[in-house]
Amino acid sequence: MGYLSLTDADREAMLAAIGVSSVAELFEQIPAGVRLGRELDVPPALSELELVSHLSELAGRNAHTGVELSFLGAGIYEHYVPAVVDVLLSRGEFLTAYTPYQPEMSQGVLQAIFEYQTVICELTGMDVSNASGYDGTTVAADACFVAKHTSERAKVVLAETLNPQVRQVVKTYARGFGLDVVEVGHRDGITDADELGAAAADAAAVIFQQPNFFGCLEPAVDLAAAASEAGAHSIAHVDLMTLGVLEAPGEYGCAMAIGEGQSAGCPPLYGGPHYGFFAARREFIRRMPGRIVGETVDADGRRAYVLTLQTREQHIRREKATSNITTNQTLLALAGLVTLSWLGPEGLREVGATCTALAQYARERVPLEPAFEAASFKEVAFRTPLPAREVVRRARELGVHPGYALGRDYEGMQDVLLVAVTEKRTPADIDRLADVLGEVCR
Amino acid sequence: MTEAGRAWPEAPLIFERSQPGRRAGRVPDYGLPPPELPSDLRRKRPPRLPEVSEPELVRHITALADRTFGVDTGFYPLGSCTMKHNPRVNERVARLPGFRDLHPLQEDEGAQGALELMWQLQEILSEIAGLPAVTLQPAAGSQGELTGLMLMRAYFADRDEARDTIITPDTAHGTNPASVTMAGYELEKVETDARGNLDLGNLRAKVNERTAGLMLTNPSTLGLFDEGIEEVAAIFHDAGALLYYDGANLNAVVGISRPGDMGFDIVHYNLHKTFSQPHGGGGPGGGPVAVRASIEPFLPAPRVVRDGDTYRLDFDVPKSIGRVRGFAGPFGVFVRSYAFMRAYGPALREMSEAAVLNANYVLAGLRDVYELPYDRHCMHEFVLSARSLKREHGVTALDVAKRLMDYGIHPPTVYFPLVVPEALMIEPTETEPKERLDAFVEAMRRIAEEAATSPEVLHEAPHGRPVRRLDEVRAAKQPVVRHDFGEQEIATAH
Repeated sequence: MGYLSLTDADREAMLAAIGVSSVAELFEQIPAGVRLGRELDVPPALSELELVSHLSELAGRNAHTGVELSFLGAGIYEHYVPAVVDVLLSRGEFLTAYTPYQPEMSQGVLQAIFEYQTVICELTGMDVSNASGYDGTTVAADACFVAKHTSERAKVVLAETLNPQVRQVVKTYARGFGLDVVEVGHRDGITDADELGAAAADAAAVIFQQPNFFGCLEPAVDLAAAASEAGAHSIAHVDLMTLGVLEAPGEYGCAMAIGEGQSAGCPPLYGGPHYGFFAARREFIRRMPGRIVGETVDADGRRAYVLTLQTREQHIRREKATSNITTNQTLLALAGLVTLSWLGPEGLREVGATCTALAQYARERVPLEPAFEAASFKEVAFRTPLPAREVVRRARELGVHPGYALGRDYEGMQDVLLVAVTEKRTPADIDRLADVLGEVCR
Repeated sequence: MTEAGRAWPEAPLIFERSQPGRRAGRVPDYGLPPPELPSDLRRKRPPRLPEVSEPELVRHITALADRTFGVDTGFYPLGSCTMKHNPRVNERVARLPGFRDLHPLQEDEGAQGALELMWQLQEILSEIAGLPAVTLQPAAGSQGELTGLMLMRAYFADRDEARDTIITPDTAHGTNPASVTMAGYELEKVETDARGNLDLGNLRAKVNERTAGLMLTNPSTLGLFDEGIEEVAAIFHDAGALLYYDGANLNAVVGISRPGDMGFDIVHYNLHKTFSQPHGGGGPGGGPVAVRASIEPFLPAPRVVRDGDTYRLDFDVPKSIGRVRGFAGPFGVFVRSYAFMRAYGPALREMSEAAVLNANYVLAGLRDVYELPYDRHCMHEFVLSARSLKREHGVTALDVAKRLMDYGIHPPTVYFPLVVPEALMIEPTETEPKERLDAFVEAMRRIAEEAATSPEVLHEAPHGRPVRRLDEVRAAKQPVVRHDFGEQEIATAH
C-alpha cells in the first residue's frame, strides 16, 4: 500500500522500542468480544491506474453539462469557474492544512479567510461574516438559532418562495431549537409584504430569498421593512453572483444576509461540497455561529490574523456554544474569494447584466407562457402544456435538459418549468432550447 | 535549526494590491441589452471587490499558501484531527467532468454513475461500522452528531417515550455538548476512571428512564479503547436507551473492531479524518451516519437505494427526521473517500494497525520526559501532560507547542481533553515514516531539555515563523473582522 511508509525493518525496530512482540499486542485492550476477527468484506484493492479507470467509468455514466445542454438551476448554478481557482486550491498548503488553531503556522489561510469575510461583507452590505457554513441550507438554520437567542420569540417565518430545501432544513433543525415554522405563500410568484408583515407579528425572524426560487425579483425593500416593523429580524437569502447589480441586503435594512456560495467559484459537483455564507450586522457579532478571523498584532507589533471571539464556540463554551460547527467549508470559501477577486467589481456587474439579458432573451424566445409576471434575474418559470416532468423527459431525449420541474416541490405547479441561464449559456444555446421545447410541447 | 529562520516578505491584503481599473476576468459579450431593473432593487454603490490582474492574483494567493503549513509541508500530529497524507489521485478523480459538471437535480437516469458510487460507499461504510443502514447527507462530523441526536429524538417520539437527557463523558469533544443543546436535549456528564475508561459506578447512577442515550468516542479522546464497552452498552440498553458513536477516532479500529459490534446504535464517520478527504484549511468534511435497522426509518431523505441494476434517490421516507443539508450530501467528498477505500480494499485494517503502531512508537520515545496520565498502550493517539515542565521550569504546553514550530513541526492539539492538565494530544497517523517520527521525538526531547536550560527561548517561541505570538485578547476585545476601506472608493463606480 503506497500510502503507508513503514518497511518490515521499521516495524521490527518500532515494536522492539515499544517492548511488544507484535502489533496485535497493542490491540489487546480491545475486549475479545468486540473484535472483528475476520477480514473486512469490502471490494478488493485497486492500483491507481485501475482506480482511475473504475471512477472514469462511473463518471462516464452521468449526463453532465459537457454532454447535455442544461438549463437546470434551482439553487445550483453553473457559472464560469476561472482556471486560477483550481490551480490555487490545489496548493498543498491550503489543501492539506486544517483549522488554523495555531496562527503562527497559518497566517496565509487566516488572511485569506479575513479577505473572504471582507468580500462577503462588501457584497451583502453587512459588518461581519463568518468563515463559512456547510451550505445555503444550514446557514438558514444557523440564522434561526441566532434570531431565537436575540429575541424573546419562538417562531420563524419563511417565504414559500425560499428554496424548498432551505425550508426543509430549517424545519428539521427547528424542532431541536424549539421554534415554530410558519410559511407565507406567494402571489403570482412573489411575496406580498403585508402578508409577510402580518405573519411576522410575533416572529423572531423572517427569511426571504432574492431573487426568489422562481427566479423572480421580490419586492425585497418592502419585505425587509415589513419584517422590521413587526419586530422580527429580516434575513435575506441571496446569491453572490447577483450582487454586482442587485442592492446589498444591508442597504435595505436586513439584519442578516445568508446564502449558498456555490455560484461563485464551485462547480455543481452533484451537490457539493460548496459553501454557505453567513453575514450580519455588528450587533450579532457575539452570537454568530462558526469560525471568525480577526486582525490583531504580534509581539513585535506586526499586523496578524487569528481565530477570534472563540468564546462563542463549542471547544470553549461547549453546551452553551452558539453552534456545534467545527469543520466548515474553508477551501470552498477560498474558491469564492479567488473567483470574486478574478471578476472584480466590473466583472461581477457584467455577470449580472449578462444573466438578466439572457433571461430576458429566453423569455422572448421560448415558445411558452411565462408563469409569472414579475421580472426575472437568471431564471424564468414557464407554463408547459403537458406535465413539466414529461417535458423534461422528452427534451432530454433530444439532448437538452430544459430545466427544473417545479411540481417536484410545489403542489399545483406540475405544469411549470424553471429554466436557468448563466453567462455560460449563449444565445445560440437558448435558441436550441426554444426549438426543442417547441418540438416537445407541440 | 536556526533561531531566526527564513526572512518572510510582507503580505499585504489583496485590497491593498488593488488598483482602480485593473482586472483579471472578462465575461462574454453576447450583444444583448440587459433589461432595466426596478430602481429600488438596483445596486447603488459598487462592491469594493479587489481590482487585480491575474498575475498579481496568482502571486497573492501563492504568497498566502507560502505562509500556511499543511501535511504536505511537514509533520502535523494534531490530535483528534487525523492529519494523514491526502492521495492526489483522489483530487484527479473528483475533477472528472462526469462528476464535476453533474447538476444535483439531474434526473436519476442521468446520474447512474454518481448514484452507484454513493450506494457502494454506503455499503462499505456499513460493513466498517457493522450497522446496516447509512445516510451520506451530513456535511461534517458535528452535523453527523446532531443528526444522530435528532434520530434518537424521532425514535423515542415514535415509541411515545419521553426521554430528555444525553450523557457524555468528561473527555468528550466540545461538539458533543454543543450538539446536545442544538438538538434540544439536557446534558449529563459522566466521569473517567483511573484507567481512562468510563467510570461504571458513576455511569450506573446516572442512567435512568429519562436517559435518551450516550455519546462516546471510542477510542476516547485520551487515545484509549474503553475496556468496559460491553458493560457500558448493556447499562444503556437495559435502560432502553441508545448509544451514539462519535467516529472522530475511527482511524484506530477500521477492520479491527466495529462500533455496531461494540453495541453502538448510531455512528458517524468523519470522511475528512479516517477516509482522507483533505482538510482544506478547515473544511470541507463529510459526516455520514450509520444506524441499526430499528432506527433506519428515521434517516434523512433522500436516500440512495438500488432497484435491481439501477439506482435512485428515495424521497419516500415517511418517518424521516427530514433533511439536514442540501441534496444528497457533499458528493465530491464521497468520490475522494470512495477512491481512498478502494485503493486499500480489505487492507484498510493495515491502515489502522500502522496508525496505532506509529502512535505507540512515539509514545515510547517520550514517556520518560513528559508525564503520561494513563499508563497504558495507546491506540492511534495519546495524551501527554507538560505539568511537570510547568511546575519545575514554568514552561507550559503552549510553550512546547510554539517551540515545535521552530523545528518545522506543526504542534499537537493542546489543552484538550480537559481532564488532563497541560495536555498535549499527539496523533501521528499511519502515513508517516519512521524517520519523521524519530525527528519529532528528538524535537520533543530537546524542547524538554531547553525547558530546563533556557526556558525564555520557549516562552518567546516561535522564532522562525512569519509572525511571533499574537495578541489574542486584543483581537477578541476590539474585533476587527473585515478590512476597513476608510475613504477608499473604487474608480469604476457607475
